[in-house]
Amino acid sequence: MPLASYQTSVPVVVDDAKCIADKGCTVCVDVCPLDVLRISDMTNKAYMAYDECWYCMPCEADCPTGAVTVNIPYLLR
Amino acid sequence: MALDQIVDGLSEVSCDVLVIGGGTAGPMAALKAKLKNPKANVVLLEKANVKRSGAISMGMDGLNNAVIPGYATPEQYTKEITIANDGIVDQKAVYKYAQNCYKIIEELDSFGIRFLKNENGDYAVKKVHHIGTYVLPMPNGETVKKALYRQLRRARILISNRYMATRLLKSADGRIAGAVSVNTRTAEMLVIKAKAVILCMGAAGRLGLPTSGYMFGTYENAANSGDGYAMAYHAGAALANLECFQINPLIKDYNGPACAYVAGPFGAYTANNEGSRFIECDYWSGQMMLEFYNELLSGKGPVFLQLKHLHPDTISEIESTLHKVERPTRGLFQQGRGVDYRSESIEMHISEIGFCSGHSASGVFVDDNARTTVPGLYAAGDMASVPHNYMLGAFTNGSVAGIDAMEFADSHDFAEFDAADVALERERVMAPTRREDGIPPNQIEYKTRRLVNDYLQPPKVTRKYELGMRRLAEAREDMQERMIARNAHELLRALEVQSIMDCADMAAHASLYREESRWGLYHWRTDFPEKDNENWFCHTLLSKCDGKMTSEKRAVEPYVVPIADDEKDLYDKQRIRASA
Repeated sequence: MPLASYQTSVPVVVDDAKCIADKGCTVCVDVCPLDVLRISDMTNKAYMAYDECWYCMPCEADCPTGAVTVNIPYLLR
Repeated sequence: MALDQIVDGLSEVSCDVLVIGGGTAGPMAALKAKLKNPKANVVLLEKANVKRSGAISMGMDGLNNAVIPGYATPEQYTKEITIANDGIVDQKAVYKYAQNCYKIIEELDSFGIRFLKNENGDYAVKKVHHIGTYVLPMPNGETVKKALYRQLRRARILISNRYMATRLLKSADGRIAGAVSVNTRTAEMLVIKAKAVILCMGAAGRLGLPTSGYMFGTYENAANSGDGYAMAYHAGAALANLECFQINPLIKDYNGPACAYVAGPFGAYTANNEGSRFIECDYWSGQMMLEFYNELLSGKGPVFLQLKHLHPDTISEIESTLHKVERPTRGLFQQGRGVDYRSESIEMHISEIGFCSGHSASGVFVDDNARTTVPGLYAAGDMASVPHNYMLGAFTNGSVAGIDAMEFADSHDFAEFDAADVALERERVMAPTRREDGIPPNQIEYKTRRLVNDYLQPPKVTRKYELGMRRLAEAREDMQERMIARNAHELLRALEVQSIMDCADMAAHASLYREESRWGLYHWRTDFPEKDNENWFCHTLLSKCDGKMTSEKRAVEPYVVPIADDEKDLYDKQRIRASA
């Protein structure tokens, strides 16, 4: 069967202006228990690549520049 | 090389003791093993990152089961847990925990983790349980993982993050020989030979589907997909009392604790829509959950955690704990809904089902030395069968496992495994990456967990279970023949679905085997509604024999701490009776 992509609004938001992933920082990507964050090839900033979030907060708590915000996933908000 | 791109590779390393899972029990097991023999190699393997993995990723608000001299005795605690778990307890392991846990508290204190003290400098222990007093708040509970991590670095434990263990390896004579694992970002495989292996892989928390429909909105850390249960099963280890499900009273939709252990000692309580209490004791037992369930269905629901009657300063104190530790997004959630604890109660609901000995009694069978039924294989924490053991139990039993496993490793050489087993496992792991077309893991997972809700959630009805098992078998066939993984991350999820499917099958099999009702809501069988002590006052052990799932009875070990007849049903009397 063919596959279709599925739109979803993701809970983790990264402020590109504050994110220093382009300087080599990978803290949020490193600590995520579900491994859902990645560094974008296009912008060199962190972003949520997979909508598999436990809204647990290490990414936000450990970010050295305060660039990451965890929101409650829409389905349970 | 871009992250998640699949790399075909296989390498092999060896160590003396391999600890799988770096959450709570795992770091303590690794630390104790290394301190036991500093010359030995100890590897701590973790699917995520030890810095932030497991149930205590963001810390913990307190100890739920601290047995502290002057407040409680090991005898009293052993008695309480025996009664709370309907008598089906091998007391030796519980008693040993109760004797050792104070030493562990002191050790955690030396790591920099603080516990609440009163003005006299004594531990300020609070009462939540039915009989005894065991709850000890942790004022800097958010620092637990950092404190543990410092100890691991200092002891030079070898940490391998982002490796998911998939199967255990054994020798022809049945001894543990190591484990096969896969890198979750490259799909490269790593075989780890070990003289002893300790499983600390957490609960099976992604078994039922949360009512929100969000697959990762689980009570347990959603990374805890039951991989330890599945691995132990395939290695031939026995699993105990899996029908004693974990079901918790949680903040509705958020699906995290509210939490009665934090707020209860300050005067908060569980109430129905009339504002009345209906349960005697907020301690999480199956009997309490049954009354919670009955209240929700009775028309007197919804059920709430009542706080608003408390002094505003008290509420602020509770709020600061709830919104800082364990699940800090609770504050964000309540803010989004406009709920202020000062004016509104917290709406509660029943969680999806899971396996977890930390809260109930469903785990890989272990004795009082944390040994499983496979020589050289140990288990500790939420996935091991010591009942109601919570975070302090994970630390304490992890410590027991680490010491005993190192003794085992010191007295044994490496066991030899068959290279063909590794080749077979590599084929199984990589199969979803070799298909061009098929079903992605998220759809198979959703369907499996939806079936768990529809058919396996209590009340347990035999006919529903039979139908559920047929549907699960169909989903399993899809999983085995048609599942695809297009990158390494999707392969991680594909492997987790296989653990979830195994756990679903075990949940069904174990539940049908025990032909009685016990543990309140956890094992309520409508076709066998009564507790049957004559035939079922025993453990059930599930294992894989000749490739087939089988169950057998195992006698409860004679009690170390006797229970008087009039104490046995203390937890059965949970419902508050209207007095004349």
